[in-house]
Amino acid sequence: MEDLLEIGGKKIKSRLFLGTGKFSDYTLMKKALEVSETEIITVALRRVDLESKQDNILDYIPKKCTVMVNTSGARDADEAVRIARLAKMSGAGLWVKIEVIRDNKYLLPDNLETLKATEILAKEGFVVLPYMSPDISIARKMVECGAAAVMPLGSPIGSNRGLKTKELISIMIEEIKAPIIVDAGLGRPSDACACMELGCAAVLVNTAVAISKDPINMAKAFSEGVIAGRRAYLCKITQGFNAASPSSPLTGFLREEK
Amino acid sequence: MSFYDIYKKYKGLDFNQFILADLTVDEAEFLASLSLEAENNLEAMAIRAQDITLRNFGRTMQLYTPIYLSNYCENQCLYCGFNAANKIERKKLTLDEVKREAEFIAASGLKHVLILTGDSRSSSPLSYIKECVKVIKNYFSSISVEIYALSEEEYSELINAGVDGLTIYQEVYAEDIYAKMHPIGAKKDYSFRLDAPERGAKARMRNVNIGVLLGLNDWRKEVFFLGLHAKYLQDSYPDLEVGVSLPRIRPQAGNFNVPYEVTDRNIVQILVALRIFLPRLGIALSTRENPEFRNNLIPLGITRISAGSSTYVGGHTVKVSADRGVPQFEIADLRDVKEMKEFLEKKGYQPVLKDWMRI
Repeated sequence: MEDLLEIGGKKIKSRLFLGTGKFSDYTLMKKALEVSETEIITVALRRVDLESKQDNILDYIPKKCTVMVNTSGARDADEAVRIARLAKMSGAGLWVKIEVIRDNKYLLPDNLETLKATEILAKEGFVVLPYMSPDISIARKMVECGAAAVMPLGSPIGSNRGLKTKELISIMIEEIKAPIIVDAGLGRPSDACACMELGCAAVLVNTAVAISKDPINMAKAFSEGVIAGRRAYLCKITQGFNAASPSSPLTGFLREEK
Repeated sequence: MSFYDIYKKYKGLDFNQFILADLTVDEAEFLASLSLEAENNLEAMAIRAQDITLRNFGRTMQLYTPIYLSNYCENQCLYCGFNAANKIERKKLTLDEVKREAEFIAASGLKHVLILTGDSRSSSPLSYIKECVKVIKNYFSSISVEIYALSEEEYSELINAGVDGLTIYQEVYAEDIYAKMHPIGAKKDYSFRLDAPERGAKARMRNVNIGVLLGLNDWRKEVFFLGLHAKYLQDSYPDLEVGVSLPRIRPQAGNFNVPYEVTDRNIVQILVALRIFLPRLGIALSTRENPEFRNNLIPLGITRISAGSSTYVGGHTVKVSADRGVPQFEIADLRDVKEMKEFLEKKGYQPVLKDWMRI
């Protein structure tokens, strides 16, 4: 059976979501997006010039992909909601990554404001994917409010430091009844692979691909890392070697008592 | 608490002797990176600055251009072409002329503009600036102002009118030099000027851009305070985008003699030291610098760059020099938006024309 991720009524094959910021040019970005075979692409509405007939970023998104507008620049729930509505009115679709950042130093998200925006936008019919600091209580509330998935950070945006929040992400994967997508901080394909081995539903990557010396090959490498990690997860390797099953049952002798 | 408390704490600092008991490790490193000795490490610092810039801002460069609305001025800043004592033709754009300027600039694709006036509350009152904003906002997604210092309530009024960014330079942090440079007019008030960026932040400007006019004092001291001021704003208003500009005094009307030389090497040191100290800091580079130098500075930490600039009132549409009066300062990079875009693309940078919109 095909291993598909279902979010917002869509069946998604590629578990690598990509961002569109920081690329040196759109043509190169488009090639990287195509090579990665990604299906979900996030675009900051602040960068979209809907009036521009040339250099409109949306023209460089492969046709088969779903655009997930993000609310980059929002300082509170109200601004995030307004950005999402603006995106909807402009025809950019209903998928929205809520990003509310009140901390320009570390770019860490504001979970409470993000939760508020999630509730409002989910009620309005948006497919809402909130970007958050890993917090199980808030994640539960986000899902109760209608979040289609939750997107905890691996490490701060653009830091390329990898999965520093592993323990918390593991708990979220265990406990949250919605897809967990690690967003932000993944610097290497092996980081993405590790997320997938752990049981994440998908990962979202931007900086590591965009600022690489060869974004096209880096996008491909991330895609392969995600595929390898997912395959390994499906093979149930996540317990590690100490918990490996012995070839003969350790308590098999008990049967002899009969 | 105001930035003035921090300024007072360090104003007597001996910049040649590192007795830094009160500085944090980051601040001490910043001070060291501005020192004469650090010039020996410039290449290593530049490599670090480039890496930090790439991770934080990517291979992108935001473009903007200034619109000069008026050159009426009630101050006599010694270094400025608009100095009230200079016998120059004074001009203030009518709303029709503002519209014409806006239309002309908008045709280049730019979505970010910086509007400027001389410091004259009587000739360019807030009501006039708001009227201009009303016209300009039909063409641009983001408007910043560089005008005389306002109260918090007045900044709120501007935000409600459609402004989202504030640029205001202290020019020089050393109080005694400030007093000498600004002998007459409202700008004489050092403290009111110093706290203006903070009032803008309190009013909820999205971005606040500060700066010192390089050449008025020993740049090592001035840039140290500039960095601390930016950090103070960043720490106090975490959702504010804080930026700086690095204007070096250019020739202008009045023949002002620049008291302190700032070399190209010094500018590079300033840029990379600021970038390493504040990784998320926006850094703007104006057309005061020549094209070749600007080109070379781009990878080292610049995030915003002006193009197609004119420092004449109405200078975008009035091209005949006889009708343009006098510029605030001479510009050295005459490239228009198209040329700048082409250059950036060639250099491997995405020119960003739009990075915000009114919501």
